[in-house]
Amino acid sequence: MNPRILSATVARILRQLRHDRRTVALLVAVPSVLLTLVYYMYVDQPTPPGQPSAFDRIALVMLGFFPFIIMFLVTSIAMLRERTTGTLERLLTTPLARTDLLFGYGIAFGLAGAVQAVIASAVAYWLLGLETAGSSALVIMIAALNAVLAVALGLLCSAFARTEFQAVQFMPVVVAPQLLLCGLFVPRGEMAGWLQVISDVLPLSYAVEALQEVGAHTEPTGTMWRDVAIVAAAAVLALVLAAATLRRRSG
Amino acid sequence: MDNAIAVRGLVVNRGGRRVLHGIDATVPRGSVTGLLGPSGSGKTTLMRAVVGVQVIAAGTVTVLGASAGSPLLRHRVGYLTQAPSVYADLTVRENARYFAALHGRAHAEADRAVADVGLASAAGQLVGTLSGGQRSRASLACALVGEPELIVLDEPTVGQDPVLRAELWARFHALAATGTTLLVSSHVMDEAARCDRLLLIREGRLIADDTPAAIRATAGVDDLDEAFLRLIKASQPDQSGEA
Repeated sequence: MNPRILSATVARILRQLRHDRRTVALLVAVPSVLLTLVYYMYVDQPTPPGQPSAFDRIALVMLGFFPFIIMFLVTSIAMLRERTTGTLERLLTTPLARTDLLFGYGIAFGLAGAVQAVIASAVAYWLLGLETAGSSALVIMIAALNAVLAVALGLLCSAFARTEFQAVQFMPVVVAPQLLLCGLFVPRGEMAGWLQVISDVLPLSYAVEALQEVGAHTEPTGTMWRDVAIVAAAAVLALVLAAATLRRRSG
Repeated sequence: MDNAIAVRGLVVNRGGRRVLHGIDATVPRGSVTGLLGPSGSGKTTLMRAVVGVQVIAAGTVTVLGASAGSPLLRHRVGYLTQAPSVYADLTVRENARYFAALHGRAHAEADRAVADVGLASAAGQLVGTLSGGQRSRASLACALVGEPELIVLDEPTVGQDPVLRAELWARFHALAATGTTLLVSSHVMDEAARCDRLLLIREGRLIADDTPAAIRATAGVDDLDEAFLRLIKASQPDQSGEA
């Protein structure tokens, strides 16, 4: 990796995003609108004493989920476009290293995911009255980490898609099982054993657990840091696998 | 060594089909060499092999003294793909500056490359809003920006108006005069006459590798189009029409 090439690549990806004002507007507005929707869904539901309200429980997990879903989609399409328009082939004839490109995407969309998480968290905490025992900064950190994980998975999956239609189909394949089994709908400890096993190998389960730890404890817990480390390791693993799928020579 | 490119016994298969059948060719340094042949003859595949992005089945491709695709060459070779490979959601200037940055070049050099392809007035425009011809010139600017020693251009003049086309060819020769080597593909025969040397390729086989004058002399006609027809017929005496 070369710092000059990496930073030029990050700047280039962010510039592309900036020219696409509608995408930027959607990135910023959609999570806040959906959080507001969830707020009004649960506003009249009674909260059992001593437990977090349904909104607090669901909104906290949603804050981690938005960057994951959206950055996965954005990255899959962006990387597929690099492949289909020939820019990738040309980049691979330049001094750019494969890791410059992959980490460039990881950093650029990780930043975009962090900005999205900051705005969504501001709306959730200040306008909708979200309450967590731990710091909102930790929530944003975990959300940004989810964005990096999603970018890594998106880069990897785009290698297996030849068209935009296929790339979009990877979204439910990668995202839906992680959403269903992450412990939001049924606590992980109450699932059938084989479902728990699947849940244990899905990185988002750990991101959700980390968020729940922040929700329940005033100080960062050891479990939270362990979960954060697992998500980060999963992101690095996906980036390494993505680098292996990126060949300078093709047939 | 005076050859910028030396290809020996190059065999390439794509999609289960043999696309290049043992090509032997050389491209001298500081020249404009035309790679001519009909669509589907293997021009792009040969160019991809030269820039080192093509998996090859047999043979060697030596570029500027190193094996094609070697990391040493990535600063020294510029490549223009056939479809304009620039970012449609960036301006012309932003595209050129990004490729300049990859080669460690300053903004000013990127802006000069944009001016060199006649896009100075459209530099602030998004590539996605340009005409096809402008878009391929934006792509060309990105191939020229690192001042590479070897420039591989896959059909750079398609869709350009005649005045611009003449300007671009003058630019190619000016670059060659400074020692740069250019390999330029085309399927337009009137561009062949503008080249110092010609490689004629058909159905994955090299049919001619010579100067335009020598090709005319060999075929015994003045018209290059007619000369190529004769060379093709001479190269396959036992076949009639498409195989």
